[in-house]
Amino acid sequence: MFGTNIQSYEIYLVAGMACVTFAIRYIMFPVSGRFQFSEMFERGLRYVPPVVLAAIIVPSVLMPNGDILNLKLSNPYLIGALAACAVGGIFKNLLLTIVMSMVIFLGAQWVFAMG
Amino acid sequence: MILLGPFVFKIRRNLNLMRRTDRTPPEKGASLSLFFEGVKDTFPLVVGAIPFGIIFGTLADTAGLSFGATMGMSMFVFAGASQFVAMSLVASGTAWPMIILTTFVVNLRHMLYSATMVPFYKKLNPVWKMVLAFGLTDETFAVAVSRYNQKDSVRGKHYYNLGSMVFMYLNWNLCTFIGLTAGKAFPEISRWGLDFAMPATFIGIVIPYLISKPMWASVITAGIVSILAAGLPHKLGLMLAAIAGVMVGMVCEKIFSIKKEDV
Repeated sequence: MFGTNIQSYEIYLVAGMACVTFAIRYIMFPVSGRFQFSEMFERGLRYVPPVVLAAIIVPSVLMPNGDILNLKLSNPYLIGALAACAVGGIFKNLLLTIVMSMVIFLGAQWVFAMG
Repeated sequence: MILLGPFVFKIRRNLNLMRRTDRTPPEKGASLSLFFEGVKDTFPLVVGAIPFGIIFGTLADTAGLSFGATMGMSMFVFAGASQFVAMSLVASGTAWPMIILTTFVVNLRHMLYSATMVPFYKKLNPVWKMVLAFGLTDETFAVAVSRYNQKDSVRGKHYYNLGSMVFMYLNWNLCTFIGLTAGKAFPEISRWGLDFAMPATFIGIVIPYLISKPMWASVITAGIVSILAAGLPHKLGLMLAAIAGVMVGMVCEKIFSIKKEDV
């Protein structure tokens, strides 16, 4: 149907992700009352989502080919990311950030491909 | 998907001050109307999730995820941010145990949600608890907890919670399917540069977090470490960057709070 059928590693992956996620969301109900999060742990958790995302964003933008750092302004991923930061910072609107930065990224890619 | 803080604090006061009789179940009609009240209040968040679901489905082919695995993630994992992260890790050829470990870290915040819900779900039977726990996404948690916190004596608020989660779930799966179908209808979509859609989406998600100096410090640290450690096998650099970021954030929090006390 999709060129590729589901692979066995994908079944392990989805099953594992499902188990881990459900366990996280459920575990507190059976164990409630037996322990309490330390306040430090709770504060630390708040940093997790932005930090994980940043650790994915930065390499995918600055090392688009996988291994070489590309800080040149001819790197369309860098241009697009800077645009996303600017639009996101000014308008604070997620959808607008995605759409605008995609347009700028595609434009930059097209211009640099031309020469 | 993660940034719904304002909704948690949304104050809605239903001044329906009846006598507290939590033990008896609500009447049939009441539970149904609570269910749809949950659906209604979740509507804005469902609208916000639509582009995510569609982008997720559209990117599957580029990332090298099969139709079944992509649909399976939305059906059985049902956690947007971690699904995106998993997809980008699949695209970079990361081994599946490492992706599961990363999923664990990304979703760990949900443990706080279930901890918050413990007193509200106390009287429910285990099946209800499991169903509601499965649907404890950022959005449904935000909506449901504000309803539970309302000072009224309405019984059966779990039906409200259920309505919210069912709506989120159906929408997320439908959007994933639409994205997958669109990706199939336009196979050249992968050459349009959609691999940039993921960092663009992530940047849009991170920006609202950057409201304090410790948060800035932690995000910048994570970015730098992720580059320095990019050569490590099994995407260990990601884990290392995340740990470094959290630690720097917490140390900064401590430093800034001490400074404030001095002034």
